[in-house]
Amino acid sequence: MISSFVSAVGRTILAVIQVTGRACLLLKRILCVKPHKKLFSLFIVQIFQLGVLSLPIILTAGFFIGMVLSLQGYYVLVAYAAEENLGSMVALSLLRELGPVVSALLFAGRAGSALTAEIGLMQSTEQLASMEMMGVSPLKRVLAPRLLAGIVTLPMLTLLFNIFAIWGGYIVGVYWMGIDSGSFWSVMQGSVDVFADVGNSIIKSVVFAFIITWVALYNGYYVIPNAQGISRSTTTTVVVSSLLILAMDFILTVFMFGM
Amino acid sequence: MRNNNHLQIKKMTFSRSGHILFDQLDFEFKRGKITAILGPSGIGKTTLLKLIGGQLQANSGEIIFNDIPIHDCDQKMLFNVRKKMGMLFQSGALFNELNVFENVAFPLREHYQLEESLLTTLVLMKLEAVGLRGVQHLLPIELSGGMARRVALARAIALDPELIMYDEPFTGQDPISMNVLLKLVQQLNKTLGLTSIIVSHDVDEVLSIADNVYVLAEGKIIAQGSVEEVFNATDNALLQQFLCGHNDGPVPFHAKAEPFVQELAKVNL
Amino acid sequence: MSIKKVSEKRIEFWVGCFAISSVIALVLLAFSIAGVSLQGKGKSYTLYANFTNIGGLKERAPVKLGGVVVGRVENISLDVDNYMPRVRLSMYANKGYYSDTSSLSIYTSGLLGEQYIGIIPGFIDEESEMLSDGDTIEDTKPALILEDLIGQFIYSLQKEG
Repeated sequence: MISSFVSAVGRTILAVIQVTGRACLLLKRILCVKPHKKLFSLFIVQIFQLGVLSLPIILTAGFFIGMVLSLQGYYVLVAYAAEENLGSMVALSLLRELGPVVSALLFAGRAGSALTAEIGLMQSTEQLASMEMMGVSPLKRVLAPRLLAGIVTLPMLTLLFNIFAIWGGYIVGVYWMGIDSGSFWSVMQGSVDVFADVGNSIIKSVVFAFIITWVALYNGYYVIPNAQGISRSTTTTVVVSSLLILAMDFILTVFMFGM
Repeated sequence: MRNNNHLQIKKMTFSRSGHILFDQLDFEFKRGKITAILGPSGIGKTTLLKLIGGQLQANSGEIIFNDIPIHDCDQKMLFNVRKKMGMLFQSGALFNELNVFENVAFPLREHYQLEESLLTTLVLMKLEAVGLRGVQHLLPIELSGGMARRVALARAIALDPELIMYDEPFTGQDPISMNVLLKLVQQLNKTLGLTSIIVSHDVDEVLSIADNVYVLAEGKIIAQGSVEEVFNATDNALLQQFLCGHNDGPVPFHAKAEPFVQELAKVNL
Repeated sequence: MSIKKVSEKRIEFWVGCFAISSVIALVLLAFSIAGVSLQGKGKSYTLYANFTNIGGLKERAPVKLGGVVVGRVENISLDVDNYMPRVRLSMYANKGYYSDTSSLSIYTSGLLGEQYIGIIPGFIDEESEMLSDGDTIEDTKPALILEDLIGQFIYSLQKEG
């Protein structure tokens, strides 16, 4: 009983190490590839697929999260007669944590899963193999532009998420709770720093974007070539990238804002 | 002087996850001929084509195409060699976000910087060759299975290859599209002087157009030669079972199990 | 799966909109949310001050004169010679200079708010000099520590009782 449990744990650890190694090798191969001659237009199409198509969910979610944050924050702050600080609380918690993390989680669900499903389908219907047989490297033609687009897209989405969330927070705080608009902005401006807060928000989302796209491409590329395999890979992408985002967020926060 | 063998495989061994798929096999594919490779399902026929295309690496042995050793090419050389090979995948493997025209144009766009008018001419020629000029604006999902395979064929010959490999081209086709494909394979072979390799288990259809035949079973070549030679080898029981499709013989009907009576006796304890 | 063919032009249009709006978002975050102002910083000069206790003062905290921000705390370190916290201030040159009789105190905005430094400009006469870059303000009052205050309050209650 115990020995079988131990060996199961051992097997899992070995499998994780193996997957990590394979993912690193795939990444190396993608990064070492010479850029495709039409890289820019392939890249633009991917920005559309990953970015523009994720906008509705990102913006809606941002708006509502900002409103909820403002509402809850108000009830806590008003107890200490510190509701004037609402703007600062909303902006800081969004820029430092919620903005990058929530938009990354949404991106993993919307774009990461789509990416895995797309590559997985191409792999299991031999489209990638046939591309290879035509003398075209799928890493160069399919994977590299997607990796690049993913890394660029999420930070852009995060910026928009932050703006919409702060706007939502402003609406609840100022129009609903009656905080003075001027003090909402000035307290916010007094506490938010461009490099420490806005800058770190962008750095975080670049890291998250890299993780999500990498995991998504890996799971699509090494799919088990059937319908069940694709659906399993898609789930794995969302689960693994979400967990990695949260873990990475903790590590980055420790580094950026101290122990 | 050019070797009469367009593609030659010598003493190739390939195993996957400890299971030997091919054991020291030799093949010769003659220039401009249709060679069929027959064998029951799951024998690794697709794998063989991937080995020829260099997508997989054999454990040992040589694969020589046009005097170029495929088995130790680097990636760059491999991509160049592949321009001379066409492959028709079992599923067609059309790019589903591109329409028919763009699918056929894909290899041309990737490898050459052609003017749009020249490109259109070339693509239309290839589509005309497979008789599908009329569907150039459709997307792959709007095509029937047979049509998709013909489009894939047009794409496979887009770069004017010297060698074309067909992976189960006739599986799941209705009689009409089956005949269309058969005619096409034969016609392309003649008019373009292509060396063709057909991997299949549709015995009758393939043998009606093939020049040479290899029959694989259990990782070995059990018969080879011209179509007549293979048909006449009546002393080979396994071969005859496969060719005629008997349900029992060297390949048993029953999967390996303990005797039925014994197992029943256990159940009724 | 929807195979809706989006033409290349439309893709370019939407990607363009997306790119422009995210640049606007970045500008908004920098200017109206982080409150960066282009002319605001201008020239500044550095002053030092030693406090006996800085309480919860943080780097980047404002230095205020009558509520107007006239500088920021740039760095807080410990002066190892006399074990006193040493604060480096970056003072805005366009908000003027102060005499060496000026004093600094640490205040708290609201009961639980952020702490900031208040500067009280000193008088100017023949003996005083104007502080310039790199000078140290001698007259400082430490932060009020809430626990100390409460402790003193309880102590005084006990003495009365």
